[in-house]
Amino acid sequence: MIEVPALLPALPEIILAIGALALLMLGVFTGEKSLRTVSALAVLLLLAAAAAVLPGYRDTVVTFGGMFVSDSFGGFCKILILLGSALSIIISVDYLERENLKRFEYPVLIVLATLGMLMMVSSNDLIALYIGLETQSLALYVMAAFSRDSARSTEAGLKYFVLGALSSGMLLYGSSLIYGFTGGTSFSLIAAAVSGSGPVPIGVLLGLVFVMAGLAFKVSAVPFHMWTPDVYEGAPTPVTAFFAVAPKIAAMALLVRTMFGAFPEISDQWQQILVFLSIASMVVGAVFAIVQTNIKRLMAYSSIGHVGYALMGVATGTPDGVKSVLVYLAIYLAMNVGAFALIIAMRRKDGATESIADLAGLSRTRPAMAFALAIFMFSLAGIPPLAGFFGKFYVFIAAIEANLTFLAVIGALASAVSAFYYLRIVKVMYFDEPADAFDVNTGRGITAVATVSALVTLLFFVFPAPIVGAAAYAAQSLFQ
Amino acid sequence: MYLTFIVFLPLAAAIIAGFGGRVLGDRGAQLVTCGAVITSAILSIFAFYNVALGHQPEHVVLANWIVSGGFKVDWAIKVDTLTTVMLVVVNGVSCLVHVYSVGYMSHDPHKPRFMAYLSLFTFAMLMLVTADNFVQMFFGWEGVGLASYLLIGFWYKKPSANAAAIKAFLVNRVGDFGFALGIFGIFLVFGALDFATVFAAAPAMAGKSFTFLDHQVDVLNTLTFLLFIGAMGKSAQLGLHTWLPDAMEGPTPVSALIHAATMVTAGVFMVARCSPLFELAPGTLQFVTIIGASTAFFAATIGLVQNDIKRIIAYSTCSQLGYMFFALGVGAYGAGIFHLFTHAFFKALLFLGAGSVIHGMSDEQDIRKMGGLFPYMKVTAILMWIGSLALAGIGIPGIDLGFAGFYSKDIILESAYAAHSSVGFYAFWLGIAAAFMTAFYSGRLLFMTFHGHSRADHDVLHHAHESPQVMLIPLYILATGAVLAGFVFYEFFVGHHYAEFWNGALTVVDENVLEHAHHVPFWVKLLPLVMAVGGLAISWSFYIDNVPKWARLLGLVAALGIVGAGIAQGDGGLILTGVAALVLALVFYFGRTGAPGTLVASNQALYQFLLNKWYFDELYDTLFVRPAKWLGFQLWKKGDGKVIDGYGPDGVTAAIGFVARRARVLQTGYVYHYAFAMLIGVAALVTWYMLHSGGGH
Repeated sequence: MIEVPALLPALPEIILAIGALALLMLGVFTGEKSLRTVSALAVLLLLAAAAAVLPGYRDTVVTFGGMFVSDSFGGFCKILILLGSALSIIISVDYLERENLKRFEYPVLIVLATLGMLMMVSSNDLIALYIGLETQSLALYVMAAFSRDSARSTEAGLKYFVLGALSSGMLLYGSSLIYGFTGGTSFSLIAAAVSGSGPVPIGVLLGLVFVMAGLAFKVSAVPFHMWTPDVYEGAPTPVTAFFAVAPKIAAMALLVRTMFGAFPEISDQWQQILVFLSIASMVVGAVFAIVQTNIKRLMAYSSIGHVGYALMGVATGTPDGVKSVLVYLAIYLAMNVGAFALIIAMRRKDGATESIADLAGLSRTRPAMAFALAIFMFSLAGIPPLAGFFGKFYVFIAAIEANLTFLAVIGALASAVSAFYYLRIVKVMYFDEPADAFDVNTGRGITAVATVSALVTLLFFVFPAPIVGAAAYAAQSLFQ
Repeated sequence: MYLTFIVFLPLAAAIIAGFGGRVLGDRGAQLVTCGAVITSAILSIFAFYNVALGHQPEHVVLANWIVSGGFKVDWAIKVDTLTTVMLVVVNGVSCLVHVYSVGYMSHDPHKPRFMAYLSLFTFAMLMLVTADNFVQMFFGWEGVGLASYLLIGFWYKKPSANAAAIKAFLVNRVGDFGFALGIFGIFLVFGALDFATVFAAAPAMAGKSFTFLDHQVDVLNTLTFLLFIGAMGKSAQLGLHTWLPDAMEGPTPVSALIHAATMVTAGVFMVARCSPLFELAPGTLQFVTIIGASTAFFAATIGLVQNDIKRIIAYSTCSQLGYMFFALGVGAYGAGIFHLFTHAFFKALLFLGAGSVIHGMSDEQDIRKMGGLFPYMKVTAILMWIGSLALAGIGIPGIDLGFAGFYSKDIILESAYAAHSSVGFYAFWLGIAAAFMTAFYSGRLLFMTFHGHSRADHDVLHHAHESPQVMLIPLYILATGAVLAGFVFYEFFVGHHYAEFWNGALTVVDENVLEHAHHVPFWVKLLPLVMAVGGLAISWSFYIDNVPKWARLLGLVAALGIVGAGIAQGDGGLILTGVAALVLALVFYFGRTGAPGTLVASNQALYQFLLNKWYFDELYDTLFVRPAKWLGFQLWKKGDGKVIDGYGPDGVTAAIGFVARRARVLQTGYVYHYAFAMLIGVAALVTWYMLHSGGGH
């Protein structure tokens, strides 16, 4: 008699899995023209999954033989991921139609990738971790090469795939080392094995390094970031927008989950790696972006820098640190979805453009768009009172309270350097002679998403309590 | 209650006219400011009657300003006789100048701004004189400095006006620095800053000293010296006087109000107010006397050769302020304030009269391009004559009848003589010399402007006209004061009613020098008059062709008469006076219009020295301005530009840009490079743990 595990905690994942297959069937039977229908249904599916997260939000439940955990930390991240994915679909459809990429697989792939992300967030075992990660990654590889007639897009997909395979290999190698030295794959077993007093076995440390290298690749932390600019630039812009948001959040959540779930007692060990990754990411993100002329590459380095700030929160190893990471991710979601919505809207009659120079004089040709983009840039730069400032503020505070003041100082300096390239975009938009105007027909989806995220970014400081409170509650669930 | 109105009406007017000028229009702004200040002036006379003549000092605390531990400062209105004198002077002259400005500035496009500044100045000056503590006084002190700056630079499109405004502000800053240090020191020593507490505690500090750089320094001498530095800046005393002549770049009513009658006397007022401290600091008093006397002499010498009508009067002001200070220095506070009081009338009269001339002469200020203007502006000329006679101190010593300046200047000189100290004599003789020069340059101004041949352009002369009544009425009032103020108030300020009039507002520790001043020998009273008459007479013979023979002879006869009287009485001083008179009479007798030119030609070096104002500006330019500019330039170009910008923002920017461009090469686009980077990263981390993890297995 096989015991059936409790399925209810995994309800969102199950909804997505079945829904994705159903959407696939629908697409196959109705053909290319069903992109809009499938997309709309995919958005609804993602929102339904988000609704399914809510009932179990407050409880910590472990199921599937200890491989799967549902708690409020996971719930918080899942809602962010689902929102990010849904918004990504909304801002993509018009672009896909115009650029002749009108294929129904696109939303289905996003749903499948999202399924993998939810599994990552809930994983409580090295095996589950790997399955979730690969479910996500396989969908993402395909998406990067989605514009299959474009050499750049296919190159991006291939690079991502090859390097992703390498990182998966590292992750697996690390997992096997950890298994070998602790005798378990379950996070709770590993945690029990390395909690004892005395020196940590070097094998576990090596395993930890390899696992973290694999995860660092996913969050594109330096020096595992090199794929990011190329893939961001090569992939179709909506895909880049998606890459920049949901998978980042998922991978960051997975990193937190692994560190705090499997290695809570040796935080002083993994802290060292994270401090290094954080500093390297912040500095590289700040410095390399300066010389970029392509806005997608610039956003790639921007996301590398932001990952550095988020890693600072993880490196603290404290509940406050995790809270700050969650707040950071939520704000990061709002800023980046909005910014990318506007980048997708950068198009002229002869097609989409990606050069920063094309934004020249936008304040005169499209004042509202320029204003919204300026809000996002100021927020990304961390200028008060916009949301981006508070994201950094909480992280820095957590770092200082965890005696990582030097990290906060480096973060502040990197933030100052990065302000240069964010503000340069504002300068180009407001002070340079206008270039040719963009296409006026932006599309309702993009306008709505950009407007809402601009408002959230602008007004976060008025009413930060819900997000900050929820994040604190979610962070607490990791420390029980 | 009415005291509050006196102080705050001008402020309200300044705010209304300043910010509402566009709405009110020119006429509205003029009505508001004039109305407020005239009301304030009437209330001031009322206050003078109540407080000074009715002997009822008032003290109103308006609000606590600063309360911090033991440091407590109030906004207050302290009105004693000294304050009421200042209230009358300030508000009296101010309201006349306000009214005069309506006419004088009739062609200016920025009337509301001008009127607002004038009212703002009046408010600040009133805060200064009604303060009951040093901080409020400093507030007013800086406020008048600000208003002065704004008004000197009123015609901001003139580069020279801007330069003068900045110069006035900076030179005053030097003085204010001393004043501020003095205030700090007072708080340090006394732990309080209100006058009552400080003055009450002062006698206990007399003779105490502190150690500074291994030297024992007297506490009160130091504090009062620092305060006096502030007074020197504000009152343009020797060394810190350079801003005052340049301040004449401002509109003439401003010169009359701020740079003659009121603000420049703030230093005199402050020293008088702090007489309880200064009296206990004999060293500072000597210094005050020397500086005052030197200024009186020095400024008068420069006044002899100036050609700008306003600059002559400006140096005259500087010189008269010197008189006031040496009066304070010898302990004759009443005499100093008395001269302040009378001087306000005749100097404002002179300035406004000069303004009337300038106004009528299409903004011409050079007296070499005037002459023979009497028929064109008879009223102005007569008024200027009255002002000059008052300034020269013309009067009859025997029966004590004369113009206002006669009473106040003579009592100052008598006090200096009566002080019977070496500095007192220094001040006396320099004062006598200055009295001669004062009369001479006053006469020179009058003769060259109103009499003799006209040297003006035909066009200018054609348009020359008498000023409108709105400008002349203030002059009538001031002229009345210039004639009567001395006669009416002599007994109160320095005479029999001294004690009850001042009612303790002025403190004298030793016996009052003014008592002795009334009993000096007759020749001491006569000598200033001889000098004044001689100076006027000589200027007459130097600048006018047809001086009648009988007048020249009369001079000789009068001089010989004095000598004779001296010999008859066996009075050495009187003989000396007579000899001096004889010398002057001889110069007068032989003086001809060619004489100034001959004198200049034969004393070119001296002439240049005086014309260039003793080279003070050049000296300061070399000593301070150029080095400061050089230093500033170096700090800007090298310190800020090269070091801070170079290694700071610009350097960092360049470095980051450099690194970014170089590092970009790493992003080759080759997958195996990327994979290699990842492996390096892992290898580095593994190595890190191999070396650092505490002995794993």
